[in-house]
Amino acid sequence: MSLDATAAAEILASRKRERLRWLSVSTTDSLISFGGFVMLALIWELAVDLFKIPDFILPAPSAIAVSLYNGFASGLFVYNFFVTAFQTIAGFLLAAVVGTAIGAVVAQFRIVERIVYPWLVALQTLPKIAIAPLIIIWAGYGVGSKVIIVALVAIFPVLVNTIMGLKSCDQGKLDLMRSLGAGRWETFRTVRLPNALPFIFAGLNVAIVLAILGSIVGEFVGSKAGLGNLILEANFQFDVARIFAVLVVLGVFGVVLSLLMRMAQNHFLFWNKSLS
Amino acid sequence: MAAIAGATPFIVNTHAQKPLSPAVVTLNDVTKVYETASGGTVHALSKINLAIRSAEFVSVIGASGCGKTTLLRIIGGLEDGFGGELVLSGRKGGGPSRDVGIVFQDANLLPWRTILQNVLLPAQVLRLDKQASLARAHELIELVGLKGFEDKYPFELSGGMRQRISIARALIHDPSVLLMDEPFGALDALTREVMNAEVLKIWDATKKTVFMITHSITEAVFMSDRVIVMSPRPGRVIAEVDIALPRPRHIGMLSEEKFGAYTGKLRRLLDVGTD
Repeated sequence: MSLDATAAAEILASRKRERLRWLSVSTTDSLISFGGFVMLALIWELAVDLFKIPDFILPAPSAIAVSLYNGFASGLFVYNFFVTAFQTIAGFLLAAVVGTAIGAVVAQFRIVERIVYPWLVALQTLPKIAIAPLIIIWAGYGVGSKVIIVALVAIFPVLVNTIMGLKSCDQGKLDLMRSLGAGRWETFRTVRLPNALPFIFAGLNVAIVLAILGSIVGEFVGSKAGLGNLILEANFQFDVARIFAVLVVLGVFGVVLSLLMRMAQNHFLFWNKSLS
Repeated sequence: MAAIAGATPFIVNTHAQKPLSPAVVTLNDVTKVYETASGGTVHALSKINLAIRSAEFVSVIGASGCGKTTLLRIIGGLEDGFGGELVLSGRKGGGPSRDVGIVFQDANLLPWRTILQNVLLPAQVLRLDKQASLARAHELIELVGLKGFEDKYPFELSGGMRQRISIARALIHDPSVLLMDEPFGALDALTREVMNAEVLKIWDATKKTVFMITHSITEAVFMSDRVIVMSPRPGRVIAEVDIALPRPRHIGMLSEEKFGAYTGKLRRLLDVGTD
């Protein structure tokens, strides 16, 4: 008993040490990468200045910064950002909910799996983006069509990972539930679903990246607003600085979304770290 | 010797079958046949007859493939479709029973639940009274020596500690029969010895009927009232040996002559069985 207790204290202490070490490493790491970023911007600025590169080929970072400021000051970027952000997040959430639900039904019922799985495999090889023009025809130029496109693009990794996760459950845990006379639904919600969460989150991490992609490409195909729409517009006007400015906004948006995903994952999967 | 063993199951030490408490688990001619993928059949169990009395500690040893796990799974309600008759706490037929608690080789704790929530799992599934179960869970966690660990998670515990929790979990719904499928197989030798003594202590405190599968002859003799020896192809009982060592048992007994006599006897029986 006392042996076990010391062992546990030891484990906890070493985990704390690891976490501290990880923190200090990550702060130095981020300092280094920030330094690299500043260096690159400086070289870029000097190169554009030195070689007299025209603005419509490659604008200097300062020009991009000005364009970025003007975009936000005029409210143009704010509105279009919210359009794209809404499409991305709504489509992603739709994909997450519907993907998990369909995955659960497919993994639970063998008949459904027999019918649905061949379709899934066939659809997965199809580039979903190719259906975007059709969706625009059916659902119009507004936000709705983009939400559908995003959901279509993002749903597959969620769906496939949910099926995999639900099927990968330990026989021992299932035996335990069975020996207690637990029903299918109770076993699903107490054991199978939590057990599948690491897989589902891996799928969601891929899905969030695809969601931004789907949103922008959807706007390219046909739209009235959004950051992708802004890029096209700026492209026609040879306003390359604005294109870069929009790319910066998109980049920051992507990073924030993946950070949020990481936070959600750490919150729900805290128990998974030391198991793997 | 091999011819006798192969022909009919024989009983060793019948003199110890005193009229004790009534049987909690009775198996009459229990048979289990598996169909293989190639269309053949495998006799996992052939006509098993067994009676386990209340508060008795029975162990099963035998080479792998002798059907001992199948036997445990039948009693635990985890195998559907078997021949013969199983009577458990007066109820006939297989299937899940709330009068059974199972300890698996792997602790099978749910990693996303705290220790307390893990111990309470059967109470939750069986819809037992929450307040009473909670009090009982605290008692059991203390009984297995892990008081203070209620709010920890399985990944914060060692293998031995996890198995203790799985024992507490198997007892939460107060079953009369505790089934243990090589419960210490995954533990190191030292932890295993400590756990043997610990389980005997728990058994003494709770007076459960224990049916344990093990690979260790020493463990079987040290812990049991009776050791059942099984032999493969087909899985059958070839001997039952009553262990007439005094209780409480302690580690010192391992070096006693009587103890050695039992392990020697079981070793010879197992050798015959595998021939």
